[in-house]
Amino acid sequence: MAPPAARTGPEPSRTDPALIRNFCIIAHIDHGKSTLADRMLQMTGVVDDRSMRAQYLDRMDIERERGITIKSQAVRLPFASDDGTTYVLNLIDTPGHVDFTYEVSRSLAACEGCILLVDAAQGIEAQTLANLYLALENDLTIIPVLNKIDLPAAQPEKYAAELAHIIGCDVDDVLKVSAKTGEGVRELLQAAVDRVPHPVGNPDGPARALIFDSVYDAYRGVVTYVRVVDGSLNKRERILMLSTKATHEMLEVGVISPEPLPSDGLGVGEVGYLITGVKDVRQSKVGDTVTLVSRPATEMLGGYKDPRPMVFSGLYPIAGEDYPTLRDALEKLQLNDAAVVWEPETSAALGFGFRCGFLGLLHLEIVRERLEREFGLDLISTAPNVVNRVIMEDGSEHVVTNPSEFPGGKIAEIYEPVVRATVLAPTEYVGTIMELCQNRRGTLLGMDYLSEDRVELRYTLPLAEIVFDFFDQLKSRTRGYASLDYEPTGEQASDLVKVDILLQGETVDAFSAIVHKDKAYAYGVDMTKKLRELIPRQQFEVPIQAAVGARIIARENIRAIRKDVLAKCYGGDITRKRKLLEKQKEGKKRMKMVGRVEVPQEAFIAALSTNDASAAGKK
Amino acid sequence: MPSTLPDGEPAPVDGALPDVSVSRLGELPLGAYLHVPYCTTRCGYCDFNTYTAQELGPGVSRATWVQSIRQEVRLAARVLDGRAPAVSTVFFGGGTPTLLPPADLGAALAVVRDELGLAADAEVTTEANPESVDLAYLTALREAGFTRVSFGMQSATPHVLATLDRRHTPGRAQQAVAQARAAGFEQVSLDLIYGTPGETLADWRTTLEAALAAGPDHVSAYALIVEEGTRLAARVRRGEVAVPDDDLMADEYALADELLTAAGLGWYELSNWARPGAECRHNVLYWRSADWWGFGPGAHSHVGGTRWWNEKHPAAWAAVVDAGRSPARAREVLDADDRRVERILLGTRLRDGHPLTDLLPAGAEAAKRQVGEGLLDAAAYDEGRVVLTLRGRLLADAVVRDLVD
Repeated sequence: MAPPAARTGPEPSRTDPALIRNFCIIAHIDHGKSTLADRMLQMTGVVDDRSMRAQYLDRMDIERERGITIKSQAVRLPFASDDGTTYVLNLIDTPGHVDFTYEVSRSLAACEGCILLVDAAQGIEAQTLANLYLALENDLTIIPVLNKIDLPAAQPEKYAAELAHIIGCDVDDVLKVSAKTGEGVRELLQAAVDRVPHPVGNPDGPARALIFDSVYDAYRGVVTYVRVVDGSLNKRERILMLSTKATHEMLEVGVISPEPLPSDGLGVGEVGYLITGVKDVRQSKVGDTVTLVSRPATEMLGGYKDPRPMVFSGLYPIAGEDYPTLRDALEKLQLNDAAVVWEPETSAALGFGFRCGFLGLLHLEIVRERLEREFGLDLISTAPNVVNRVIMEDGSEHVVTNPSEFPGGKIAEIYEPVVRATVLAPTEYVGTIMELCQNRRGTLLGMDYLSEDRVELRYTLPLAEIVFDFFDQLKSRTRGYASLDYEPTGEQASDLVKVDILLQGETVDAFSAIVHKDKAYAYGVDMTKKLRELIPRQQFEVPIQAAVGARIIARENIRAIRKDVLAKCYGGDITRKRKLLEKQKEGKKRMKMVGRVEVPQEAFIAALSTNDASAAGKK
Repeated sequence: MPSTLPDGEPAPVDGALPDVSVSRLGELPLGAYLHVPYCTTRCGYCDFNTYTAQELGPGVSRATWVQSIRQEVRLAARVLDGRAPAVSTVFFGGGTPTLLPPADLGAALAVVRDELGLAADAEVTTEANPESVDLAYLTALREAGFTRVSFGMQSATPHVLATLDRRHTPGRAQQAVAQARAAGFEQVSLDLIYGTPGETLADWRTTLEAALAAGPDHVSAYALIVEEGTRLAARVRRGEVAVPDDDLMADEYALADELLTAAGLGWYELSNWARPGAECRHNVLYWRSADWWGFGPGAHSHVGGTRWWNEKHPAAWAAVVDAGRSPARAREVLDADDRRVERILLGTRLRDGHPLTDLLPAGAEAAKRQVGEGLLDAAAYDEGRVVLTLRGRLLADAVVRDLVD
């Protein structure tokens, strides 16, 4: 194999920081970030045209299929500048979704510059705007870029003005490229060299490197991505993680270009990877600081946080015997997704499963999809819920992650998480968006015009209102034009109640929900009606009730079945009848018993999934 | 489109039975079923294996049916080789057997008598379309040795007959019963269908009263099943007619049971009522898992725990039997558990019920519970038998699902 072109640039561990440019790309999904990255790989010669594949940096199947980046990647690109010098460009690919804001913030912290990539036919979206604010907070140099200028629908002048207005730069500073055709990409790389400041650090101080991502590789264990701030990390040294105080042998250090390329070490300003042989990403936490055991730094780089789950859902195997498989799968998954938390839980209706915490709805859906795809599981997930803090009159406190564990007794106060939501949309939809947010207990914080026909609305909303079907509603009310971003901002005391659903007097834990007092009735009516349609008639009448405490707020009845017999049975019919009986018995096995009531698995799935699955399916 | 055949294992070309089935010959009575696969028109609800002249295609005709039947009965005689008892019941079904001349039906019966032996008190039934018989026809059948006739009356309500595509006029069935009596038939049965789209409870009462007025000694009343692939199923799918409502069917069943019982016809199977002694012995043989040999296209047989089914199309069937080979398309040799399940499945449908001793512990436990739920008769249970109550009859499939555990 011919040596990769990347080796012709300055060598890792011996690169002058003045020649390094570290930058990331912030873009909305579908605005062409991966295509632009692909073009940069080709243009700098680290990938030849023959081995090029679309979305080169997106490794997971799910990432490539859904066109999103879940885990960050960092690639080292040699770039022959107009001044005749070869520079090292480190492109740090960041996750684009709100669920992964923390990971985004760590990636940004590893950079000095940021390409703000916006579709020239669509303009900036709310999530991009949120990440742009994060970049500005990190004092990054912003290079505004309009992509897809080759599209007939492109309006580069209009959106250049919008970008200039948002960033506060000159319209002429906005670059125009087509990642698809390659037009303007070289100019963009040159702009990165010219505009992004080079990294500055103390080469002689104790080593400090920021972990901005860590991924689990089945063959190599955990691969940790770092940006060296001070000093250097050299191979075969022992490293120390400042937050956990854990020490590891550094088995390999190197850069990605775009395949792993071992090196002697990493110096000030360099971006690369380390391998220590640990098997669990929780040993290598995003945001942590790496130093050397031999000469440890004492001060952590700022910004480290433990990931905090925001949305919870019960995951249950459809086949009860898959429970151990699900446990193994979650353990394996946690090796490369430190943000998933889980604990065993038992549901009278669904059997044995796990209550899992996620960063957000997309995270929930991705985890569920990976469990099903990579481990061959069929899962039911209960409707997503948030964490409630319940203060009792006696002063005791309960943290409720599962509605069925909501405490009885005298409650003084209930708190729920709230978020600050930003909605960007064409001005004509302001009315309908306000109506939706009002319905969802939102408080308007402010409204700004980004341009003549685009507006930014800022709301405080209870997170619980968003995890239901908010995004779907928003999209359908605005014909898909609105974009949404939100970030947790704390909690508020609210008038919340727990609504229970009872089948023949027995509470079905999987259907309990914590909702605002004013919405309890609507939830009760919806759920009882839905279940009446989904549960087959039994040999006796089955009342379905919704209750708040002891008070029944809605009731439906499933009438008793009176006829369940195939009237005719003749000689030529017996085999068919026996086979039908065998099939029905198989079906009976898949029934869950709630008291005496046989409820088909499908009824649970249908009742639980109608709202949440679509809400989580945001792109 | 006639219904499809089940999957099974290949059947031997000489029709030979496995040893295990041969060893059981004689344990239970033997019946003969003869399938006559012809109709003048196909009724919209019917998924039976029957063909109009047009559907039949070239190379096969009604005229050759009896010759091919003779070949198949001879094959049965070779296989059984005198090891089975004489045939105790014969049943001609269809299709419309009475589309054939009475001489053909008589000739087929004679072949069974000559080749397999016929018990002196044998019950010999034919299904009959009220439209296709008259006194002379019925007399000829009686003289040929037929003892029982079952008329497809279906309904006495014109709009229901129209929905079912039945051509006969409402009064015709009653006349036919009278003619059968005149021809010397002691056993006359009427087949009725309830739950037809558009039928009301009052319509059904009219039908029951008309049937009873004709004075049959046996009535079969079947709930209409909308079978996949029928014209009726297509009409339901297109929303032209509404699927019969289960609750109405339950009411209709209860009404049938009430009126028929009051007229002296007691239930002896879920869908069959008869004067004492007028029960159809041939059908009881099915429901008691006894032996029968089915002759004709698509006919099913069950002998000594082996079941097989014939080539369906009359032309395919005739070609094989005329060449002296078995027309069995496939077969299944029932294992002990299949046989137990079938015994319970079928036996529970009968008024005499099924012995508790045939149930496994879980099934026996279920039976006990079902007595408490009013599904099984308490007195019969105390005597060691599973017997359905009226409520239990309407929920029989659910009852059986638990009994076979």
